Amino acid sequence: MVEQIIYKTLLASFILILSLLVAMYSTLVERKVAGWFQDRHGPNRAGPWGLLQPLADGIKLFFKEEFMPNSADKFLYILGPSLTMFIALLTSAVIPWGPDLVINGQTYAMQVADINIGILYIFAIVSIGVYGIMIGGWASNNKYALLGAVRASSQMISYELAMSLSIIAIVMMTGSLSMRDIVAQQQGFNWNILYQPLGFLIFLICAFAETNRAPFDLPECETELVGGYHTEYSSMKLGFYLFAEYINMFISGAVMATLFLGGYHFPGLDKLGLSPNVFAFVSFMVLFAKITFFGFIYMWIRWTLPRFRYDQLMKLGWKSLIPLAILNVVITGVVILLNQ
Amino acid sequence: MFTEYVFHFLSIMALFSAVMVLASKKPIHSVLFLTMTFFAIAGHYVLLNAQFLAVVHVIVYAGAIMVLFLFTVMLLNLNKDERSLKPMWVKIIAGIAGGMLMLILVGVFREYDVQSAQDPMTTQIGLVKNLGKILYHDYLLPFEMSSVLFLTAMVGAVLLGKKEQI
Repeated sequence: MVEQIIYKTLLASFILILSLLVAMYSTLVERKVAGWFQDRHGPNRAGPWGLLQPLADGIKLFFKEEFMPNSADKFLYILGPSLTMFIALLTSAVIPWGPDLVINGQTYAMQVADINIGILYIFAIVSIGVYGIMIGGWASNNKYALLGAVRASSQMISYELAMSLSIIAIVMMTGSLSMRDIVAQQQGFNWNILYQPLGFLIFLICAFAETNRAPFDLPECETELVGGYHTEYSSMKLGFYLFAEYINMFISGAVMATLFLGGYHFPGLDKLGLSPNVFAFVSFMVLFAKITFFGFIYMWIRWTLPRFRYDQLMKLGWKSLIPLAILNVVITGVVILLNQ
Repeated sequence: MFTEYVFHFLSIMALFSAVMVLASKKPIHSVLFLTMTFFAIAGHYVLLNAQFLAVVHVIVYAGAIMVLFLFTVMLLNLNKDERSLKPMWVKIIAGIAGGMLMLILVGVFREYDVQSAQDPMTTQIGLVKNLGKILYHDYLLPFEMSSVLFLTAMVGAVLLGKKEQI
């Protein structure tokens, strides 16, 4: 029992540090990818291949002037970025990062909390994710920040629906709300994306909208809203908002890999006869590679597609994605019924 | 032992934030305190071994309804304290009415035998599997009827909200 508690604490800390490190280096990768897409070098001054650039950026943010607008609601102004960061880090608790480890004859699950409603937990976190942005945007007492916050919240509420509906088809197929069961069912090459291509596409688009990434980055649309909801923020409070976006990218990549791309499974990997701990490590690397792939897709699309107009965004969400998601649920239901 | 501490912590949090909903000057603070109350109640559901109910509570109340509240308060920008003060006699009458309701509730719950309820730890009634079986097996008709009711309410709200004639 005590060992389990110590193990869970260690695992949670490891995932926390991993998320922060990945978010840090995503900023560098993002700029490198942007450079590659625009036929230039990207950051290459700080360290070899610009490897120290995230550190330099972080130090710069820490030493910037802390600015607090005179008419701001002081407490909520600080609460906004803290809440965004906190909620971004919460989701990782239910993601199964790999198969069980065996240490001294005892098995340890590579998942912080195996609750039997894992998917609903993710829904809940996604649905409260909007608070940080709304509170921050309102507390700044600036019209551009407020407009950005209002845009963010209506966008996130709209896309949450289609996102939830696309996962319902997965739940119907699996017959379980537990993330562990969903991954266990996708053993080998039995990945959900092969059965739910439409659901995957809807989920991917909604994930872009939920993380406020281009082409759905209207809450911080520079051409219309100066900086959007974080117009009034500076120093590390701004850093938290920007950082939380990259953490959200990482975690949503992990969720997509878990739900649709088979989690830590890879065809033929379980037949190699590796010892349990090596197998767990290799499986974790497989999952990490899938997450990296999604991270690259995020950047690829950001530097390829222009931003939507606001009415186009709403039309896409309500008039295309939600009906398609409902259709997907109905088709899945009929197929399950016919196969019985 | 540990759950007892958690219970006390959650209860204090729920009561404190519920009082603060009424006591705060700014409407947006009231909304945020109400959200905090909902989280504390969701925590109580988890203590009662009803994880499904807890998560659905967070999704529906904190995630949907309170976000809409926050949205409305922000859009109307009720930042300044514009609520008009009620006359004294209204306050006195409201105080007496509220006090009487509390008296009745205290009287009822003093006699109420809490032990008669099912033990959630042994029946596992709050887990999603058992809840789903009961909803879709024993109470299928009322469950489906209420979903139709919700749909009707939603369509009605959209219809009433539309300005132009259809």
